[in-house]
Amino acid sequence: MNYMLPMSAILVKKEQETPDICTLHLALGRERPFVFHFGQFNMLYLFGVGEVPISIMGWRDGHLMHTIRAVGHVTRPLSDLAEGSQIGLRGPFGHGWPLEQLEGRDLVFITAGLGCAPVVAAIHYAVRNKDKYGRIIILQGVKHHQDLLWQQQYDKWREVKDCQVLLAASRETQRKQRWRLGLVTGLLELAEFNPKHCTVMMCGPEMMMVSSLKYLADLNVPEEAIYMTLERNFQCGVGSCGHCQLGPYFVCKDGPVFHYPQIKQWFGLRGV
Amino acid sequence: MTQHFLPKQQLQLLIDCLRAEGYGVIGPKVKDDAIVFEELADATELPYGIEEDSAPGRYQLKKARHKRAFAFNTGPQGLKPFLFAPEQELWRAEHTDDGLIFRQSFPAIRPLAFIGLRACDLAALALQDKHFAEGPYPDPSYQAKRQQLFIVAVNCSRSASTCFCVSTGDGPSAESGFDLCLDELDRGYLINVGSDKGQRIADKLGLEAASGAKRAVATRQHQRAVQQQERQMPDEKTLMTLVDKLDDQRWQDIAERCLACGNCTSVCPTCFCSKQESHSDIKGQASSQVRLWDSCFSEQHSYIVGKVIRNEISQRYRQWVLHKLANWQLQYGRSGCVGCGRCIAWCPVAIDLVEEARALCLGDKP
Repeated sequence: MNYMLPMSAILVKKEQETPDICTLHLALGRERPFVFHFGQFNMLYLFGVGEVPISIMGWRDGHLMHTIRAVGHVTRPLSDLAEGSQIGLRGPFGHGWPLEQLEGRDLVFITAGLGCAPVVAAIHYAVRNKDKYGRIIILQGVKHHQDLLWQQQYDKWREVKDCQVLLAASRETQRKQRWRLGLVTGLLELAEFNPKHCTVMMCGPEMMMVSSLKYLADLNVPEEAIYMTLERNFQCGVGSCGHCQLGPYFVCKDGPVFHYPQIKQWFGLRGV
Repeated sequence: MTQHFLPKQQLQLLIDCLRAEGYGVIGPKVKDDAIVFEELADATELPYGIEEDSAPGRYQLKKARHKRAFAFNTGPQGLKPFLFAPEQELWRAEHTDDGLIFRQSFPAIRPLAFIGLRACDLAALALQDKHFAEGPYPDPSYQAKRQQLFIVAVNCSRSASTCFCVSTGDGPSAESGFDLCLDELDRGYLINVGSDKGQRIADKLGLEAASGAKRAVATRQHQRAVQQQERQMPDEKTLMTLVDKLDDQRWQDIAERCLACGNCTSVCPTCFCSKQESHSDIKGQASSQVRLWDSCFSEQHSYIVGKVIRNEISQRYRQWVLHKLANWQLQYGRSGCVGCGRCIAWCPVAIDLVEEARALCLGDKP
């Protein structure tokens, strides 16, 4: 793989999820399958504008999927791109979730905010391979009910045997059916899983993850059972440009999914 | 290692031999009141009789009483800008009849021979090699430039006041990493050969064996350069304790002096951070992806949508020092500081890295 040079990709379909979030379906201009792990990311390039790191949502009907929010100087024009347009893509980069090593364990997914794509991709995989795992617990927190992406998907997961879906809205005053008011961490007390035989996968704001760690400790979930994905400034994707450092780690190359004990010393500190 | 002697007036022969082998010869010159490495046409362009007077926040060239070419210690830049260019095109995207295509860019590369690099420069080169060339994702243009490099090192016969390479274990004499290495004496140069490439050049110089007296002068020069160093960086094990001092008040104290200008990272021979920009042509047909030097002292360095991770200058200085002196050891097996003292001399507000590291690690009160 030439990790520095993008390949061209065609935007074959764009699904508008919310006014500012869309899923891009990309056809890669080559025959070989694109091998990746959930939790890894690609650098997407918009002609003349620049590159942006986006986690891989999945692979469907021969197309690679990326869900993006129009917030930055690349993602905004990228979201406005017409179907049929070409972009550049290089990757996959980093380490993903260790899903293959978790057979037989209960899986606990904790996400908050809108940047839940890396975890949602892993949930899709886990549900598809349900017989390999124990219970699947999905905890998702948002500010407002309508912020939840893929509502119907969550309803479908609710129907899966041994799958528990818990949702929380932190900025609502009226509770909606099947929701709780408050933060995602509050959902942990309702979650039914075996703390001695589970793996937790987290994605979201770092303060949420810091807070979740405390709740998980109270539930006697060992630190070794916890994985999390981090967001930093990625410009090269291969640990060269230096922007994404966290202590001795290059988050792009050594992460973005980390085993919690590995980064415990550095995680959640201000300005590190 | 057998040592040979090259009379002073024969230095031009060395340059001519390197040129005949196809090398562009780069050496120190005086330019804009500083020592800079540039293409040398002739040995007479070398900075004969020039030394630098450096101190925290100070770098000035002065005339010395001797006529030696390599009596200076460092200029603001050593090898870094030649291998890791301040600005380099990585690839180009073009709209063509076949759609959007991407082409890797390769800078024009020609063999270069450097004369006058110091032990600290070679130590920095070894660290840059680890970062750019020896990892799982090597940088092809760095590798290509590196492979064609010829190095004529010079051992330091004196130390500037900002030098502290003895304490980092990197100087003042070069032990490896060169093709040829010179000790400058008043009437010529002792030459050590460090590689087969170096031997091929040495064979063409018609060298005489160096006398014991000349070798003794070189040894005395080495000892003098060692003794002249006033600053002592704490050892690597002590520097690792920095990771336990994230909340030290000293970071704030430094931040009140630091301008976050990034001069230290620009002159540091091991700093490797870069950013990327897309530059389009006016017709919108082609766009080039350019890599530029970046500094961890800028707010943009740690920017992710919606926030800056290291907002405070104290956090950015802490990141630089923690990375350079402690975390570098975990990433590349040794500290990222080679004792050249450039960051001390070129800091506009005279912050002294050694003084700060000692205050943090050893509680020294400056």
